[in-house]
Amino acid sequence: MAQAPGEPIGWQGATGTARATSVEVEGVRREFGSFVALDGVSLAIRPGEFLTLLGPSGCGKTTLLRILAGLDVADAGAVRIDGQDVSEIPAHRRPVNTVFQSYALFPHMTVRENVAFGLRMKKVPGTEVTQRVDRMLDLVRIATFADRKPAQLSGGQKQRVALARALINEPKVLLLDEPLGALDSKLRKELQVELLALQRRLGITFIFVTHDQEEALVMSDRIAVMRAGRIEQLGEAEEIYERPRTRFVSQFLGTCNLIEGKTVRREGLAVLVETPFGELRVEGHGAPAPPTPESPRDALTLAIRPEKVRLVSLGAAGEEGENRVPVTVRELIYIGSETHYLLDAPGGLILTAYAMNSRIGSQGFDLGQAATAVLPPAGLLVLDD
Amino acid sequence: MANKVRGKREVEIRFGERLTPARQLVRSALTSGPGILWVNVFLLVPLLAVIAMSFLTRGSYGEIGLPLTGENYTRLAGFGAFGFDPLYPLVIVRSLVLAAGTTTVCLLAGFPLAHFIVQLPPRAKQIALTLVVIPFWTNLLIRTYAWQILLGPQSLAAKAASALGLAEAGRPLYPSLGAVYLGMLAAYLPFFVLPLYSSFEKLDWSIAEAAMDLGADGRRVLRHAILPQVLPGMIAGMILVFIPAVGQFVIPDLLGGARTVLLGNAIQQQFGASRDWPFGAAIAFVGMAVVMLGLSFYARTAGRDSEEALL
Amino acid sequence: MRKPSLPLWIWAAILFVFLYAPIAVVIVYSFNSARHGGPWQGFTFDWYAKLFDSREKIDAAKNTLILGLSSTGIATVLGTLLGYGLSRYRFPGKKLFSRLMYIPVVIPDIVMAIAMLMFFSLIRDRLGLFELGMTTMIVAHVTFQIPFVAIVIRSRMIGIDPSIEEAARDLGATAFQTFSHVTLPMILPAVVAGAMLAFTLSLDDFVVSFFTTGPGAGTLPILIYSSVKRGITPDINALSTLIVLVSVIGTLAGLFFQRPRRTSGES
Repeated sequence: MAQAPGEPIGWQGATGTARATSVEVEGVRREFGSFVALDGVSLAIRPGEFLTLLGPSGCGKTTLLRILAGLDVADAGAVRIDGQDVSEIPAHRRPVNTVFQSYALFPHMTVRENVAFGLRMKKVPGTEVTQRVDRMLDLVRIATFADRKPAQLSGGQKQRVALARALINEPKVLLLDEPLGALDSKLRKELQVELLALQRRLGITFIFVTHDQEEALVMSDRIAVMRAGRIEQLGEAEEIYERPRTRFVSQFLGTCNLIEGKTVRREGLAVLVETPFGELRVEGHGAPAPPTPESPRDALTLAIRPEKVRLVSLGAAGEEGENRVPVTVRELIYIGSETHYLLDAPGGLILTAYAMNSRIGSQGFDLGQAATAVLPPAGLLVLDD
Repeated sequence: MANKVRGKREVEIRFGERLTPARQLVRSALTSGPGILWVNVFLLVPLLAVIAMSFLTRGSYGEIGLPLTGENYTRLAGFGAFGFDPLYPLVIVRSLVLAAGTTTVCLLAGFPLAHFIVQLPPRAKQIALTLVVIPFWTNLLIRTYAWQILLGPQSLAAKAASALGLAEAGRPLYPSLGAVYLGMLAAYLPFFVLPLYSSFEKLDWSIAEAAMDLGADGRRVLRHAILPQVLPGMIAGMILVFIPAVGQFVIPDLLGGARTVLLGNAIQQQFGASRDWPFGAAIAFVGMAVVMLGLSFYARTAGRDSEEALL
Repeated sequence: MRKPSLPLWIWAAILFVFLYAPIAVVIVYSFNSARHGGPWQGFTFDWYAKLFDSREKIDAAKNTLILGLSSTGIATVLGTLLGYGLSRYRFPGKKLFSRLMYIPVVIPDIVMAIAMLMFFSLIRDRLGLFELGMTTMIVAHVTFQIPFVAIVIRSRMIGIDPSIEEAARDLGATAFQTFSHVTLPMILPAVVAGAMLAFTLSLDDFVVSFFTTGPGAGTLPILIYSSVKRGITPDINALSTLIVLVSVIGTLAGLFFQRPRRTSGES
């Protein structure tokens, strides 16, 4: 099977995108006794996308993955692959493969035998098996230790074997359960990039589970942030980071300054909110819908990312409606390329501000110094809770 | 917890396999079924037969049959055909005493041994445990008759005993109750040490160290910090010794001679020379009762099965 | 961890001597050229040579071997299936049956022996089957071997990383394929260990064999017993030494195969 360089590697001659699969999860519920692991989760996964289920332990992400794999059964709800309901289909007949957190390599088989396993189970003829195994070993770069046993491999090598073993079956969807969790950070970053490149090349749908928000941001097309059995927010990486909709999401990816307030009035596209800092102007994507009689948005939580908070000297001139707040530097943490400031603000609140040390010469503010924090109206977000 | 997936009841997926209750039943029948069936048919049913047999009568020509009678048990209690005869009650009591005594001796001897092993470095520990286990897996008969040699008239032990004035010169130290105890100790010590050791292994020494830190002396530390933690293993070991010891036959037979009649010998007599099966069954039932009591006591005090510690 | 104190060392040494004295004395005396178990008179292999002259002993050895191998074979298969089933599947009454399974382990062997004797006699009287002899002994041995094998297999099964079997299913293996290609190879050492333990149990057994044996089916332990009753002769020591040797090898091999090993593919 010849292929021009740069062309997406395809399965058996087909191009990557033609085989991409959509996955739908609808109202899936899973309980373990009185513990609700999944509380009616619905999700539509686009063909060929790299979707990450992100959340803390116990949020249900692994449970959902296992239900997709067929290793667990939902108590209610439906799972559809390419439109077809697979709930009744057992794991070994689903066009889905999994890379396990513990790799789960067969200890009594060599790397080659591990990788060939899926094909052997389907009674693929021997010569074809050898061909495909060799191709896969090259793709994942483990050909040099094809005849070793798992006990003789390092963590990164095992992970690749697990990957190869899963991919060789040409699944419509690849499920990955925190596959990089056990690796050291340098190796992790390397493999993150490799996995991402692989996925792009193959064009198949990847569903990735992790609790590491940085990993999620680096690799995903879209992220589903999960908590306590529900999806709190689903969206592209940038959207989730820049516009978190709940406190949890705002604190799970990066951190956020949270400010309580009450709506005063609207001014065109902007909203004025009364806060311990005085009146703040919120506009742009953050502006809430106009309060209706049924849902008076009186009490609000505002959020702003620390890197959006601009610290300027006390007397510096500013623009109209810029949300200037007088602060004192309570603590500063110098990280080299950035300085993180903890600021005492009015109302007893503490603001966090990140400043890039982009100026040549002396950087920023000193401990105890009084300054002004500017909260740009477009940077203030209104949270749903 | 029911899985109600589209009207299907209780579908479970374990180890990747979709299992309905019906399927689990079939799988169980295919795997566990034969083994369980075998043990039931060839052990449990016979044990029930023993119980049944104990209520039958032995006729004058040795034939066994009805009427049903409790005579065998009354005879065991001492109320035989010719008035009160303490023979059999004594047999039972002696067996219980012997088992209890053996258990106690095993406890006194084995506790320090377990303590010792736990304090060894890991490799030495494994070796020590293996050394304890090996005699356990060799033939009891052989080990027991070996005591006849060890306690024979010309043996070191006999000579030492006569030098100390404990026995006549030139006579073997067996058959005697002391010899039986020696044999029982040698046989059952590993039974006791292994479960005790596994409790010791899991011991949290920091509690003992804290106790010493707070000024407790050795004995107090033992009683309050160590003992409560090893109690499960200790109890397991005691039960594992007591139950089989009650019915031990070979050791009293070889080392105790005709004078020392215990449960085991008594049963053997009824099935051998005397040919009084119903009576023998009754005696055996007493043995079984001890087993049942011991097991249920053990099940109540301990959660897991420490028989695995034997292996 | 503190090192053991001197008194503990001494006590342990005493106990080990105590435990091994019987075995040692049998081995030593098997080489003793004194005729009637008297004091040491010189080293000899005579008694071992004599063993091979004795028709009685060779027959008993053959019986013991047949008994051991047959019962071990049956018990290993049934015990492995049982251990596997208990660790995997639920069924009504499982708890009860699991408990009952331990009865052969703790029951006094004589109670078990006469129970089986009774049972076989009853069946023989009614159905004409189970004439006392090799068959009944094999049946009896299997009965007490099965729980041991099952326990070994079951604890091995519990120790296996469940995601390995899940991975096999995920990759397309059916239940049977998973068992034969993945599970069984992984528990094979435990199966071998179970078999060795079962064989040792059979070899060591005296009481059960004694009561369930029949004419022409005498085993070595039975032979040793009747010899000892008449008085210990040196060739019995030689025979016993050989048996002890086999037991020790069997036990060590069994322990070897039960070494804890890594069962998952993870680091």
